Amino acid sequence: MASIQITEATKSYGNTAVLHGIDLNIQDGEFIVLVGPSGCGKSTLLRMIAGLEEVTSGSISINERIINDLPPRDRDIAMVFQSYALYPHMSVEENISYAMTLRKSPKEKIASAVNGVSSILGLNGLLERRPKALSGGQRQRVAMGRAIVRDPQAFLFDEPLSNLDARLREQMRSEIRKLHRKLNATSIYVTHDQIEAMTMADRIVAMHDGYIQQVGTPLEIYDKPANVFVASFIGSPAMNFIKGTASASGDGYHLQTDQGHQIILPESSGLKDRMDVILGVRPEHLMIVEEGPASLPATVDLIEPMGLSTLVHVRVGQDSLKIFTLDRPDIAEGTQVHVSYIKEKLHMFDARTEMRLESPV
Amino acid sequence: MTAATDLGTHPASRQGVTSRRFLSRFEPYFYAAPAIVLLVTVMMVPLVVGLTYTVRDIRILNPFSGGYVGFAHFEAVWHDQNFHNALYNTFWWTVSSLFFQFFLGLTLALLLNRTFPGRRIIQSLVFLPWAVPAFLSGLNWAWMFNPVISPLPQWLFALGILSEPTNILSDPDLAMWGPIVANIWFGIPFFAITLLAALQSIPGEIYEAASIDGASRKQQFVSITLPFLAPTIAITLMLRTIWIANFADLIIVMTNGGPADSTQIVSSYIFTQAFRRLDFGYASAIAAVLLVLLMAYAVSIIFIRRSLLRET
Amino acid sequence: MAYYAKSKGQRVVDWSVHYGLLACYLFFALFPLFWLFKVAVTPTKLLYSEGIRMWPSEMTWTNFTQVMTDTDFPQFFINSAIVSGSTAFISTLIAAAAGYSFSRFHYRGKAVIIVLMLITQMFPLVMLIAPIFRILTPLGLTDSLLGLVVVYTAFNVPFATFLMQSFFDGIPKDLEEAAMIDGNTRFGALVKIIFPLTLPGIAATLGFVFTAAWSELLFALMLVSSPDAVTFPVGLLTFVSKFSVDFGQMMAAGFLALIPAAIFFFLIQRYLVQGLTAGAVKG
Ligand SMILES: Nc1ncnc2c1ncn2[C@@H]1O[C@H](COP(=O)(O)OP(=O)(O)OP(=O)(O)O)[C@@H](O)[C@H]1O
Ligand SMILES: [Mg+2]
Repeated sequence: MASIQITEATKSYGNTAVLHGIDLNIQDGEFIVLVGPSGCGKSTLLRMIAGLEEVTSGSISINERIINDLPPRDRDIAMVFQSYALYPHMSVEENISYAMTLRKSPKEKIASAVNGVSSILGLNGLLERRPKALSGGQRQRVAMGRAIVRDPQAFLFDEPLSNLDARLREQMRSEIRKLHRKLNATSIYVTHDQIEAMTMADRIVAMHDGYIQQVGTPLEIYDKPANVFVASFIGSPAMNFIKGTASASGDGYHLQTDQGHQIILPESSGLKDRMDVILGVRPEHLMIVEEGPASLPATVDLIEPMGLSTLVHVRVGQDSLKIFTLDRPDIAEGTQVHVSYIKEKLHMFDARTEMRLESPV
Repeated sequence: MTAATDLGTHPASRQGVTSRRFLSRFEPYFYAAPAIVLLVTVMMVPLVVGLTYTVRDIRILNPFSGGYVGFAHFEAVWHDQNFHNALYNTFWWTVSSLFFQFFLGLTLALLLNRTFPGRRIIQSLVFLPWAVPAFLSGLNWAWMFNPVISPLPQWLFALGILSEPTNILSDPDLAMWGPIVANIWFGIPFFAITLLAALQSIPGEIYEAASIDGASRKQQFVSITLPFLAPTIAITLMLRTIWIANFADLIIVMTNGGPADSTQIVSSYIFTQAFRRLDFGYASAIAAVLLVLLMAYAVSIIFIRRSLLRET
Repeated sequence: MAYYAKSKGQRVVDWSVHYGLLACYLFFALFPLFWLFKVAVTPTKLLYSEGIRMWPSEMTWTNFTQVMTDTDFPQFFINSAIVSGSTAFISTLIAAAAGYSFSRFHYRGKAVIIVLMLITQMFPLVMLIAPIFRILTPLGLTDSLLGLVVVYTAFNVPFATFLMQSFFDGIPKDLEEAAMIDGNTRFGALVKIIFPLTLPGIAATLGFVFTAAWSELLFALMLVSSPDAVTFPVGLLTFVSKFSVDFGQMMAAGFLALIPAAIFFFLIQRYLVQGLTAGAVKG
């Protein structure tokens, strides 16, 4: 198997810098998920690892060996393209077996591998067809099959499930997990899907504008987002943010919000008096309560029942907040309610740097 | 898998990497090299050599020729009545050929840009003239205008276009129309093919969206089709103008510039000078003048297009 | 174009105009060719007396058989076939390589090369005849089919390159990248994946160059004089200049000259449209 080291890697097209000093160490057998908004450079990074894009500066190594100049075919990497890139003049079977044919694998081995893959992916009836005669989701599965039929050092997946329906996606997710457990091949997986990121990753790499924002296990990232961007990007429904100023009170601090409310802050060594703070709180850590000492008055804007849960949108002054609850609250839109929070679960960010202020939880 | 890893420590492969890097840097040039070599040796070098002829006296049958004559040829061109006449004819030849080729080609492209029974075969047949070798079109049309072996003059007479069913190729006032008609016949398919290709690249959804938005057929043509075609039209019109101005085959075959030089265009005049009178120096000077005129034309068109684009 | 809901009467009018116009085009395109054929099958004695009849009262193939047996045209025909075939093959090969390089790589000097190619489309080729003649003479390439092939290839490579480039542009880059990840070299990916997909484009380019070379007159006229290297267009033209022209035979020869180019063109014109489209669709 393979470990992958990316050191100070940058990428520019002419004068446009697309990736800035990427540093990432991927362990042998690790499943890395890359997330980030559209255009942040995820595909570019994958393509550099695959050898399809020149590394402008810095280096990429596989197993401690720098491979910047190694052509793709010598890297022994399989990749699922965002655009599928199926060979239009070959049948599904030929598409899937092409890499093995090039490597002159024995016929029986190819046949059994193709068989195995096509039953995992539900492509059995389609092997003779040309890509033209397949639906979007079927094509995506063929693209997937073309990668997983091989036994490469590493897998690169560029949004491989984006075109599948919810059920198939769930099924494929677990197939990929199983496959990974079986082959234990190093994998890098790009997705926009929060659930995929959380459930599949050993570690998540969150990217923004060509910079890595945070690397960590899914729960680390969820529980301790390194900055406002990661906090807002990870989690669905997204985290709520409230702006305000910290002020010392007794042996702790509280937040004087811009809307004129007070919120008691957890302890943190980073806090200083009169410091501008962005407070983050996940929807599941807010609840609707009777009026009490640590509650904020709010107006209900919108109620979104989602079956399992309910999302309540409220307004506290000018701040819009979302509240996630498993109850089905019996309130009407427009009513006045009170909102409380779990103090230990509050996230604090320095408003100037947008970086996380650590709290001892 | 492990093999690939092992290679890394092997000293030989380091060298492999350097030469690979070299290869990949020069790969694009390898692919383009044969084309470049050919163009430079067979077109660029002769062009430069041809330009040097413009200042020399080069007459094939005269063993004493070859000397430097300075700008004498250009001076002669400046005063050459035949050249002026040829320039004037070139203008009419180019403008009228282009005008009809373009509008008839555009109409044909629009007609073919629908699905209807028989479209494939009709398309192949109406494009056929393009496959006819130019010299053969010339010969063929020369015969078509001959009242003894073709009904065409009779028809033109019957339609009132001709006052008598005679051969227009021998009438100095009308002769130019002979090659022009042949050229139109020959050139419609070119415009039709290019414009049809451009038409087919317009996504159908755009028309659907427009018709839902309430645009009539005519409005759609003006607001969607034409803007989409505009870049293709601009570039093909420019290239074709130059091409037609240079295109002497039809004239040489049909009239050889006559009668009384009434169909002589600059490029057929160059041909006459070079290969009937074997005066390569003078022919090259005329060619250089034509080249400059055409370049000036191309540059001004590009310039106009730029400034139009900037305005909008 | 999109489908439009319309009344039946309107549709009938619409389609009558449509087919009516197409019929005019068909007539204009085909009548001269029909006439060529008609004269070719008219016996010499009826040529003038039935000069403007739509079809001769008596039809004959003797003009064709005489052209094939009594004249040098079979030789001209073979010469033309050799020259056009080789030119088409070599030009397409060179143009495919150059077009691929334009389509897939960014490199220093590319813009200059493209401008150079555009300029070659612009200048009067007659101007090159004398210098080319001078250059080819010491190489022994005048008066030879090989010389014609070299010159024609150079003339056709620029347009053929642009055509091939538009076909390559129509094929997503991802495909050869996928093939490279699957284990091909770039060249391997080009041969195994890209070429099969560009086959229509290659056919169109082949056909285009073939017809162009088949038709070329001026250079063939100037560079070649010995009878065993004369191509069809030159042969036909010298036929005209001989006194006592046998129109019937000449028409028959002309009709024969038309056939290969027409067949080629018939097969490729669809791809020609498609190729130009492919270039336009992908931004
Ligand atoms: N050839 C190129 N020239 C210039 N800029 C480019 C080029 N290719 C990509 N980019 C830019 O690089 C940035 C990163 O692109 P990339 O495809 O890696 O984004 P991504 O994170 O994969 O986005 P998505 O989620 O939408 O697929 C984008 O801003 C894009 O505009
Ligand atoms: Mg992407």
